[in-house]
Amino acid sequence: KMASSDGNKNTNTEPWGGFEDNIIQGTGSAVIDMENMDDTSGSSFEDMGEMHQRMKEEEEVAEEAEATEEETGEDGEFLGIKGIKGQLGRQVADEVWQAGKRQASKAFNLYANIDILRPYFDVEPMQVRNRLIESMIPIRMINFPQKIAGELYGPMMLVFTLVAILLHGMKTSGTVIREGTLMGTAIGTCFGYWLGVSSFIYFLAYLCNAQITMLQMLSLLGYGLFGHCVVLFVTYNVHFHSLFYILWLVVGGLSTLRMVAAVISRTVGQTPRLILCGTLAALHMLFLLYLHFAYHKIVEGILDTLEGPNMPPIQRVARDLPVVATAAMNAVNATVKTLGVILQSQ
Amino acid sequence: STMHVPTAAPKPNIFAGLSDVSISGDIPVEGEINVPVGTPIQDKEYSTLDEPVKDTILRDLKAVGKKFVHVMYPKKSSALLRDWDLWGPLLLCVTLALMLQGGSVNSKEDGGPQFAEVFVIIWFGSVIITLNSKLLGGTISFFQSLCVLGYCIMPLTVAMVVCRLVLLGGSWRFSFIVRLIVVTASFSWSTFASTAFLADYQPPNRKALVVYPVFLFYFVIGWMILTV
Repeated sequence: KMASSDGNKNTNTEPWGGFEDNIIQGTGSAVIDMENMDDTSGSSFEDMGEMHQRMKEEEEVAEEAEATEEETGEDGEFLGIKGIKGQLGRQVADEVWQAGKRQASKAFNLYANIDILRPYFDVEPMQVRNRLIESMIPIRMINFPQKIAGELYGPMMLVFTLVAILLHGMKTSGTVIREGTLMGTAIGTCFGYWLGVSSFIYFLAYLCNAQITMLQMLSLLGYGLFGHCVVLFVTYNVHFHSLFYILWLVVGGLSTLRMVAAVISRTVGQTPRLILCGTLAALHMLFLLYLHFAYHKIVEGILDTLEGPNMPPIQRVARDLPVVATAAMNAVNATVKTLGVILQSQ
Repeated sequence: STMHVPTAAPKPNIFAGLSDVSISGDIPVEGEINVPVGTPIQDKEYSTLDEPVKDTILRDLKAVGKKFVHVMYPKKSSALLRDWDLWGPLLLCVTLALMLQGGSVNSKEDGGPQFAEVFVIIWFGSVIITLNSKLLGGTISFFQSLCVLGYCIMPLTVAMVVCRLVLLGGSWRFSFIVRLIVVTASFSWSTFASTAFLADYQPPNRKALVVYPVFLFYFVIGWMILTV
């Protein structure tokens, strides 16, 4: 930090330095010349360093005095010294606190500044809607890098929507989680997939020399979850096995193709393209399969007991039962089975 | 005994008269000295440290109650936001979590949400929605947004109480339909109420982007209430 407006006139030639200039400067300015902080090599600013040293010592003594304040209590002998140094100590302690607070808030503003993320949320509703629709439409141009939007609002909202749909699915299927909570499992699964697979594919892309940034990968995979949301939303409410497989292939396949085409268009070479394409497609499609089946075992079990050989496949019996009433549902199962037997015998 | 005071002298000789002043040490000086006392009236308004605890509590309760009324009849007023407090949201959150947890005690399985789960969902959900609205360019402050989102959980808490009462009696099928209607109505009311308060602080073309997470948030809470 530059010195105050007085200017530092180095007119003293004695090694110990003259007093006049520096003392006036020292007492007049509240600015401590930073570049002379540790300079005690005999320059004319030695006094500044000395003053700073004295301040530091006073601060230490003041801290000690404050620390021993509680110990000595009404020690009369001590109070005399404390009377003078107490106030000075408090001032210095206050200064130290202010400096510390300033530094902490600087560090906080640097690292925890949400303004870093602000440009990634700069979208209009129309743009989000268009990107959602485009995520289902693969583009066949793979010889020229496709444009990928670097945005985080859409992907984040899609992840949260997926979490909500999973919760809905878990509740209706009566999934019982022993170590952990339903909400924790859903959030962990969805966010883990989004962040983990993005990082993994980004790492592979880095190995295969693909021109894609982490932000673009996050954005691409996030929008790819739109297909998953649609499929799961439909199949958690309408339970056809074949319907799920058709949707899995068509909708899941479309969104996978879109992502794969975008990534391939930014890669050069047959083998790297194959690696990236294969990994991404496999992970994306398998995730949809996993989501459907992991949270639906119990429902399918119930469906099997309901479906006799002559019964039509549509049996939406109490899809939204809470867990508490599974006993009631078992009773219903039993009666329907006997009905089935009766129908069969006819 | 008088004091010899220099009369108004012409400017260049302003110090001339001073040479005539001579006051001996034992002459008392007359006059009054008034030390201005700092106005205690100002302090009284802001110093609430000395009032009895009952007054403090009643005042805070009245403020909370007034905000509840604002939520029940959401008009575009800034009272909820001007003096925000987090007592109301805390109260609602704890009530909701306690009532939601009570459902799982009866069942053998671990199907109901735990207290900590509901608490975490509500507070982290609110934090995320606030961050989202700030990132989208909103001018609302962090705690004001938390306050609004917390207070707008009130219709859902009322729905929870109604659901509990409905579950106590009546046929199961009928009670489910009633509960579904009540929860749907209250969750739309919550979304509408919080939108009425928050929408003014967003850039006008991005309101939909801010409302959607709020909708998801209350949907998740409503779903927890319905299927407890």
